[in-house]
Amino acid sequence: MVSIDVWNASVDFPIFDAKSRSLKKLALGKVGGKIGSEGRVPIIEALHDITLSLKDGDRVGLVGHNGAGKSTLLRLLAGIYEPTRGASRIVGKVAPVFDLGVGMDPEISGYENIMIRGLFLGMTRKQMEKRVDDIAEFTELGDYLQMPLRTYSTGMRVRLALGVVTSINPEILLLDEGIGAVDAAFMAKARDRLKDLVARSGLLVFANHSDEFLAEFCDTAIWMDEGHVKMHSGLREVLTAYKGFDPFERMHEHDPTPVLSGNGGE
Amino acid sequence: MQATTTPDHPEAPPAVKSRSFKRAFADVREAWDHRELWGHLGWQDIKQRYRRSVIGPLWITISMGTTALALGLLYSVLFKTDVATFLPYVTVGFIVWNFIVGCVTEGTDVFIANEGLIKHLPAPITVHVMRMVWRQVLFLLHNLVVYAVVLAIFFTSLDHQYRIGETSPWQPGLSWTIVLAIPGFALLAVNAVWISLLFGVISTRFRDIPPVVNSFINLVFFMTPIVWDAGVLNRVTGGGDGDWRMLIAELNPVYHFVEIVRAPLLGHTVDWHHWAIVGGFTVFGWFAALVILRNYRARVSYWV
Repeated sequence: MVSIDVWNASVDFPIFDAKSRSLKKLALGKVGGKIGSEGRVPIIEALHDITLSLKDGDRVGLVGHNGAGKSTLLRLLAGIYEPTRGASRIVGKVAPVFDLGVGMDPEISGYENIMIRGLFLGMTRKQMEKRVDDIAEFTELGDYLQMPLRTYSTGMRVRLALGVVTSINPEILLLDEGIGAVDAAFMAKARDRLKDLVARSGLLVFANHSDEFLAEFCDTAIWMDEGHVKMHSGLREVLTAYKGFDPFERMHEHDPTPVLSGNGGE
Repeated sequence: MQATTTPDHPEAPPAVKSRSFKRAFADVREAWDHRELWGHLGWQDIKQRYRRSVIGPLWITISMGTTALALGLLYSVLFKTDVATFLPYVTVGFIVWNFIVGCVTEGTDVFIANEGLIKHLPAPITVHVMRMVWRQVLFLLHNLVVYAVVLAIFFTSLDHQYRIGETSPWQPGLSWTIVLAIPGFALLAVNAVWISLLFGVISTRFRDIPPVVNSFINLVFFMTPIVWDAGVLNRVTGGGDGDWRMLIAELNPVYHFVEIVRAPLLGHTVDWHHWAIVGGFTVFGWFAALVILRNYRARVSYWV
């Protein structure tokens, strides 16, 4: 049973400046009594008192301004950050697609990166070798897969990362906004695969600024604001509250063939 | 409307504690289950380092060969010992030392260097340590070629009873005991894992540790009987067993770690007190590493 539960979780980042990140300061700090307020290390409260319960079949859009805590929340849900206060429990195989510049080695080939990402996500080498051709075909990168990753454009990296996560049947798929970098033709292709994937097993959490993408994949949404969950409800309600107008109506005007099948906000 | 709205989240937080020995053990166990991952990454690191060089990883072997040759010749002259027995001694000592120093210095840096992976892919943190130790094991295997060559050249000097210097104890010569190098090295590698877990986590929080370790490690090299033989101490002390100067070697834990691998490879007497001391360090060290892992495992991704 795939689920993510988070109880009153907070994520606080200690910000060590160059000086306080040393033993000397710690030792001297004790001798000299308390300097400043309670903590010597300044803290950024990235997430505050998050309580969530997501389960199989949930398709959640994540909206909010820059710095509202969307990416941090995704990392909390991936289990990369364990809450500093509160608790979290993640049941299921997680596949994240976050910042695409990092977590891939620019010096090694696309093939190697596919292999390493797959292994990190819990696949075996044999399983990945079987999937490599499928991924190569899906990403349309062809001979480029032999090239070092540093020669790839952002869009090509997104293709690669999406190719890996969609080929390995993850139970929990976490997508950050970076995946908007691919062109429309590829996105159409990825859509089918993602939809298929989400329908098959999973739980999807998708941070994006595009109403179309959100409408396509999600039926509920979370509005993050200053590290809080400001609203967690149907996609249409959240988007309406977040934007101040109903984006779906406008979408209908522009696009005579609605792409909104299966959005639960209605 | 939606079943997953926040207000009616019924369950109370159960015991999903982040700080527990269970989670610490799970981290190490899951890292072991991921051995295909770090196995692959370790190979990748070596291939990567020599990607565009003509002779590739052979450079590892060549650099070890020249260093061992130069040090062996120099110190055999300085200490007036027979090069046929002293050169193999320095070679093996230096190979083992290289493994230890690689694990310690890269161990302090292991999480800092893997910041990108730690922040972007959920994985047990021990995976990064295993990858690093595995990489060092592969380096050592490259260097064993030097050992094989040296052994082939000087075999006739080592296959019977010999001693390195005039004041050194007699050694029985190469025999079946050479296989003891395998469990000896396995034990060394097991220790390398806890050392880099422990130092890795602490260094991630306190960034002064890597430079401190780097500046003291050279001192440790000269304090350890690698380019000099512990038998030299006999000359200084006149052979007295209880002399405090004998402690220079005995109190240095690195000496014991080196000795459990080196002695069998050279046909030296396998002295069990080295094994006992290393065994003690293994137990104590893993305990310390698990305590650190229990308390600070989840903090590493915040600190990097």
